[in-house]
Amino acid sequence: MPLVAFVEWFGELGQFCARVARAVFSRPFELRELVRQLDEIGSKTAPLVALAGAATGVVLFLQTRDSLTRFGAKSLLPTVIVFSLIRETGPIITGLIASGRVGAGIGAELGSMRVTEQIDAMEASAVDPYRYLAATRILACILMLPFLALVADFSGIVLGWLANTIADPISFRLFLETGTRQATLSDFLPPTFRTAVFGLIIGVVACFQGMRTTGGTAGVGRAATSSVVLSSLFVILADVLLVRLLLVLFP
Amino acid sequence: MKNAAQKKTPVVVKGLRKSFGKQTVLNGIDLSVAEGETVAVLGRSGGGKSVLLRLLIGLQQPDSGSIRILDEETTGLATEELNALRKKMGFLFQQAALYDSLTVLQNVEFPLSRHTRMPEGQRRERAQDLLQQVGMEHDFDKLPSQISGGMQKRVGLARALALDPEILLLDEPTTGLDPITAGEIAKLIVELQEKRKVTSIVVTHDIHAAKIFSNRLVLLRNGNILVEGSFEDLQKSREEFVGRFLADAA
Repeated sequence: MPLVAFVEWFGELGQFCARVARAVFSRPFELRELVRQLDEIGSKTAPLVALAGAATGVVLFLQTRDSLTRFGAKSLLPTVIVFSLIRETGPIITGLIASGRVGAGIGAELGSMRVTEQIDAMEASAVDPYRYLAATRILACILMLPFLALVADFSGIVLGWLANTIADPISFRLFLETGTRQATLSDFLPPTFRTAVFGLIIGVVACFQGMRTTGGTAGVGRAATSSVVLSSLFVILADVLLVRLLLVLFP
Repeated sequence: MKNAAQKKTPVVVKGLRKSFGKQTVLNGIDLSVAEGETVAVLGRSGGGKSVLLRLLIGLQQPDSGSIRILDEETTGLATEELNALRKKMGFLFQQAALYDSLTVLQNVEFPLSRHTRMPEGQRRERAQDLLQQVGMEHDFDKLPSQISGGMQKRVGLARALALDPEILLLDEPTTGLDPITAGEIAKLIVELQEKRKVTSIVVTHDIHAAKIFSNRLVLLRNGNILVEGSFEDLQKSREEFVGRFLADAA
């Protein structure tokens, strides 16, 4: 039975994606709702992502400083911090934080709308919920995640520098110049835009889980939880695959 | 000729069947509703009355049978075509199903903003008018969570009327309302029928309200129509279940 449920889940997910794709590429476009969702996702997730990025910057400094000093490579500290953040840590913490914050929010909101028949009411009013609710949220996730990744990168670098400068005073400009001296656009752009794929995963999983909610308030809780768990899981899996792919494409 | 035909019977249901697992809720229902007619659908809880309305507006698909709305077969219709029909229909849900992040006024404005090119001011005026008709003129800016269940139902009715529908599907419009408001809603349904020739199918347990607004009552039992006709016809029925139902409902 679990195998049947597993196959059914993927089947339903496929149907859901097909309906959303049709909605995305056909008129009318829900621009106003898209802008509202961009604001909702961006403004409410940015502080959390900034905080996580900042903490990561400090931790990176604390963890790598001793090792690099031991090997006589302390001057590489800015490079290690900047490279770690822009290539991997910034994007993945953005993906995971957004899975929690955005995934739970969308899953609970749409789940609640499903069990209180608001989605049915929308359909009965001749409004396509796949277009109005799902497509706008998924697009907003795709568009907003790269910006959130930049927030994580920036706050991590700033706090990494701050931690560094407390121990060994260095100007921010010098820290940044040293850190980015070896960096190319292929170190920065592909990892940042990788988060658009994370956004797609988070948006699709959360909207799908929310819109198929059954079972009243307990069902809403389950939808929120499963949105977070599944989107986090798929983000991690996608990260592994995309890193491998990017290493092949941008060696 | 086609128009004349569709005006006569906007709703024609034939052999409609719907089951959930092993439970059959509708077992081959035939029902026709004439233009401007108001039919009250009665029956026990869980007897498939709400499912009938959901099938009519295409929220669920029947297992078999035919549904013709405004002379168009709706079973198996593509979403776009179904939506074109839905714009001519109004639906009031049992629990009102108001959008909880929108105010009362925005709830009624929602279908207007989606499907009409009305300027914002005119849209607002229309929504306010509708809310006044259902006695909700003092609560425009409240959220659904800030008003009672009965008030939510009145807002839901105003929303169902927003697009000036030809067909109204109302699920328990007077349940949970005080007798005065229930009477006002019943009168409003009669007005819609008289002034705008709206065709309505009303699922209800409120036999008193049904007597006021309906031209015909239909009593469902075991997924079939047990008896239909005027209230007097039902009273005259020799079916034991009908007598018991009317006595208990009264």
